[in-house]
Amino acid sequence: MRAAGLYARRRAGDHVYLALSMAATVAGLLVLFLILWTLVANGLAALSTGFFTEMTPAPGSTGGLANAIYGSVVMTVVATLVGTPVGVLTGTYLAEFGAGSRIAPVVRFVNDILLSAPSIIIGLFVYELMVVPMGNFSAWAGAAALAIIVVPVVVRTTEDMLRLVPGGLREAAIALGTPQWKVIVSVIYRAAIQGMLTGVMLAVARIAGETAPLLFTALNNQFWSANMNAPMANLPVVIFQFALSPYADWQKLAWGGALLITVTILLLNILARFLVSWSNRSP
Amino acid sequence: MTIALPLISRRRLDRQRLQDAAFRGATRLFAVGVLVLLGGIVVTLAFSAAPAFERFGWGFLTSAAWNPVKDDFGALPAIYGTLVTSAIAMLIGIPVALGIAVFLTELCPPPLRRPIGTLVELLAAIPSIIYGIWGLFVLAPFLQLTVEPLLIDTFGQLPIFGPLFDGPPLGLGMLTGGIILGVMVLPFISAVARDVFLTVPPMLRESAYGVGATTSEVVNNIVLPYTRTGVIGGVMLGLGRALGETMAVTFVIGNAHHIRLSLLAPGTTISATLANEFTEALSKLYVSSLFALGFILFVITFIVLAAAKLMLLRLEQQAAK
Repeated sequence: MRAAGLYARRRAGDHVYLALSMAATVAGLLVLFLILWTLVANGLAALSTGFFTEMTPAPGSTGGLANAIYGSVVMTVVATLVGTPVGVLTGTYLAEFGAGSRIAPVVRFVNDILLSAPSIIIGLFVYELMVVPMGNFSAWAGAAALAIIVVPVVVRTTEDMLRLVPGGLREAAIALGTPQWKVIVSVIYRAAIQGMLTGVMLAVARIAGETAPLLFTALNNQFWSANMNAPMANLPVVIFQFALSPYADWQKLAWGGALLITVTILLLNILARFLVSWSNRSP
Repeated sequence: MTIALPLISRRRLDRQRLQDAAFRGATRLFAVGVLVLLGGIVVTLAFSAAPAFERFGWGFLTSAAWNPVKDDFGALPAIYGTLVTSAIAMLIGIPVALGIAVFLTELCPPPLRRPIGTLVELLAAIPSIIYGIWGLFVLAPFLQLTVEPLLIDTFGQLPIFGPLFDGPPLGLGMLTGGIILGVMVLPFISAVARDVFLTVPPMLRESAYGVGATTSEVVNNIVLPYTRTGVIGGVMLGLGRALGETMAVTFVIGNAHHIRLSLLAPGTTISATLANEFTEALSKLYVSSLFALGFILFVITFIVLAAAKLMLLRLEQQAAK
């Protein structure tokens, strides 16, 4: 009798436990869908042709986010172009020359810390390094701050992907008398190119929505500006400013910008995942 | 007639050796650059924070003053807000994230594992500012109208918990900031927890099931003890994120430089103070005090993240044995 009671109790406890774990998962997914639904519900109304072609308006007049979209794209592209080679070479060092080296574990450790370090600290750093000496906020400084965020992401994925390349490939190439740099550039990189591209895409997704490091570097600009030496408008900071404003039309634009950023980033993430699973399937 | 053998000339060999050395040197140069980057950040922050530390000394850490007019600054309210919001985030984030990890590893039908895991990880892809705008326009009004009045009515009069839920329901405050952070750290903790749960040798799990353990008993008595270091590492990783998170908190924290026991009261965090005040700071000492806040934040997150990394490394070595 007692044994049966114990069994029932254990089974009931187990069911409660598993129900709670399922509830946790449902809660997590619910928040994701709530956020996406809110973005779509509020953001779609703001999207029009003017949204993409007109400048950020003064309160009360109509306008779009053309200058902010341009600024975000330019700074993201520059940051990616600067940060990617640095990250790829560092990742190459860790994966190909790191064995037996004393600094490789330290670099790996520091890189992982930079990967999660608060991005606002990077903003402070670049402010002191570039904005103060140059005397003004600039798009170059914004791009530099974003590039610093790109590096650890690319380092991490490059190292991981190069390690997945089978050693036999390296040995075969070396046995043919190929110099090591040529082995890496024309054999290893070619074998790992999809994974490395994924890393770059994830880095782009990461910086496309970064706001904190741009607050003190690129600042913002109400007008169209293609001058990299001057403050430049960008989507995240415009969203920040417009969302906290009391004006309804500014808030509407902020929602539109938020939807645009999120859709872009989620697409990049999903695409990156497909790229990885696709490259894993066809060896 | 002789056949020219494709012998590599000495000169060509030397050139290749040089190219190899150059390539290797270039990669090493950039690897060292990552170290220099971290060093540069520390030195720059310390250098710019020096005037504030010289002026206020250790008192900067314990002073609650924040008066730009009189040039009197203290870090305590910002540090307090940072720690309290992160604590709330952990209280919410840890159980939910572990629940998700248990669901994904023990309960979820295998074909659904990848899609559900991916969806949870997408929470990490959503930028901070989106959480902020959502927190301000959706979560804050919801908390203000439904959750906070309920908390005040149920806990407000209790002797010990009462002061934590004192005051009017504003919607904006440390509780709201903590809840947003809790959602944001979810994917980080659950991803690590899921990965370390999968490192448990199937033999251990099956033996436990074999002697008649239920799933919850297997998780509590086999999986969690085996992966304790890794789970704590994942939690610390989430904590590191929560401590430094900026934009989402800036939207909903209320930005008030004071220390209130009530979780419903507005407060501030280090990163929110920086985001709000840095470009408006006029006096040299004001700017330097903000750098000092940044330096403190960097030191705290560095310690937490380093501890997390060391724990995860230890688990990796244990798994490799």
